[in-house]
Amino acid sequence: MAAPAVLAEQLSKTFRVAEKEPGFAGTLRHFVRRRYRRIEAVRGVSFEIAPGEVVGFLGPNGAGKTTTLKMLTGLIQPSSGRARVLGRDPYRREAGLLRELTLVMGNKQQLIWDLPVLDSLRVNAAVYEIPWAEAQHRTAELAEMLGVAEVLRQPVRKLSLGERMKAELLASLLHRPRVLFLDEPTLGLDVNAQLAVRRFLKAYRERYGATLLLTSHYMADIEALAERVIVIHEGRLLYDGPLGGLVERFAPFKEVRLMLARPAAAAAFARFGEVEEAGGLRVRLLVEKDRLTGVVAELLANFELRDLSVDEPPLEEVIGRVFAKGAV
Amino acid sequence: MRYLRLLGIFWAASAAARMEYRAAFVVAMFASVIETAGKLFGVYLFYSSGFELGGWPWQEALLVLGFAQLVDAFFLLFFVPNLRRISEMVQDGTLDFVLLKPVDSQFWVSAQKLDPIGLPYLLLGAAVLGYAGWASGLGAGGWAWLAFAGAGAVFLVYALAFLLATTSIWFVKIFNVVHFLSSMIWSAQYPVQAYARPFRLFLTFVLPVYFMTTAPAELALGRAGGGAPWAMFLVGLGLFAFSRAFWRFALRFYTSASS
Repeated sequence: MAAPAVLAEQLSKTFRVAEKEPGFAGTLRHFVRRRYRRIEAVRGVSFEIAPGEVVGFLGPNGAGKTTTLKMLTGLIQPSSGRARVLGRDPYRREAGLLRELTLVMGNKQQLIWDLPVLDSLRVNAAVYEIPWAEAQHRTAELAEMLGVAEVLRQPVRKLSLGERMKAELLASLLHRPRVLFLDEPTLGLDVNAQLAVRRFLKAYRERYGATLLLTSHYMADIEALAERVIVIHEGRLLYDGPLGGLVERFAPFKEVRLMLARPAAAAAFARFGEVEEAGGLRVRLLVEKDRLTGVVAELLANFELRDLSVDEPPLEEVIGRVFAKGAV
Repeated sequence: MRYLRLLGIFWAASAAARMEYRAAFVVAMFASVIETAGKLFGVYLFYSSGFELGGWPWQEALLVLGFAQLVDAFFLLFFVPNLRRISEMVQDGTLDFVLLKPVDSQFWVSAQKLDPIGLPYLLLGAAVLGYAGWASGLGAGGWAWLAFAGAGAVFLVYALAFLLATTSIWFVKIFNVVHFLSSMIWSAQYPVQAYARPFRLFLTFVLPVYFMTTAPAELALGRAGGGAPWAMFLVGLGLFAFSRAFWRFALRFYTSASS
């Protein structure tokens, strides 16, 4: 078996955070004598990612996803446990390893704000010792994949959010890293831009066999890119396995959608399962898998239906239930 | 060689970013030239009467002033734009990008930016030093010592400024301390012998302004004892080595801004 591209072994991180009471009196007390609280952001998280694998990293806000990514990229030192990327300790920040990885953050940017994208690319080419002719070749290739070739000569501040994110990806991947850590790369983008970024990441991974660890609040990102998901909540690992397995494990129900011929009250569907949507012609129910056959038969018998479909519940729904439960 | 090439690319991009706003750039350059001319006039008024400071003939005291202006020019050109960014990068978390680059992070945060409005000050500093050296009758050896001492003074001030800027990792908004260092230079524009003894001791051992201007001038004039150049060299090198160790130590406490 190939050595893992990314390894987290009992990773933990505790931060000391200052706390302040509101108001001026609180400000004075905070100024003279600070009170601190210890926060266990990540608690004993372990996983391995094989070379070329794409893993979705899920968790609600404050679950410890970004802290884990920062430990894996060597930005912060774990309080305990061990991180390895391509067999090396990322916290040592060896130049050889830094040339093999990248971190893309949806809410931060490295591009020079007042200059055209090409100027930032020139800086990155020099930093990674890529001859400019080769850098131009790579830029053309990546820009074509991302569809941003026309905007590379515009100042970054004049770009739309979507164009900026694509340019950010281009700058982050100019050195062709083998391991990509992506923290909310589609944050705030419109649907088209999200789709373009997803397609690009997929194509990049296929072309270069890169390993991806991706966090996103858009389940469509995870569904489109990841075969496997790791779920953490309150710093603890909840689930690590195939995406389908997550649905199987945490969603022992199916989604039943009805299109009624005549409107019916929501209360009429309560006995079949959880009513997610009702009151008009459209009805959406979550029905336990064990009861599904019986419920469908009853619905057909008791209501005049124009349409009925049974599907897996949306991933957002499943994830929401996992987080609400808080434990496996 | 790679780092020299990087410097060229960094500075070209930095100057281009400053020049992107044409009106602001032209006004800033104009203001810088006017301010430099005003300083030059002040120097002329002060020293043209042959006034002596702490037993220093005016042309030699002018050498001290030249070092002060040279160091001040470096503050404007490099130290302020770069070291202020450390504080900003800690605050907004973009220091992450620097730490993930296969480049020495201290080099990056110290040298990435150049503010061209410091250039007139640099020219003024060089001109004052050149004139003072000529007026003091410096020989070839004196000029060599002057260049060495100038580089040493800038190096020393950089190390001190960087040490202070590094504390941003803990205190985040700390850049006003670096401004304090900059204002310190103005107490260093006269030979320390011109001050009363308590101030002299303060300016030597508490605020090391003596080593920034008076000591380099004494070195160029051949007044320093035999071991003094080496002492200054070692102090500069020691502080620089300490600033590197302190930076690495500080990064252990870097928590990166939340996303």
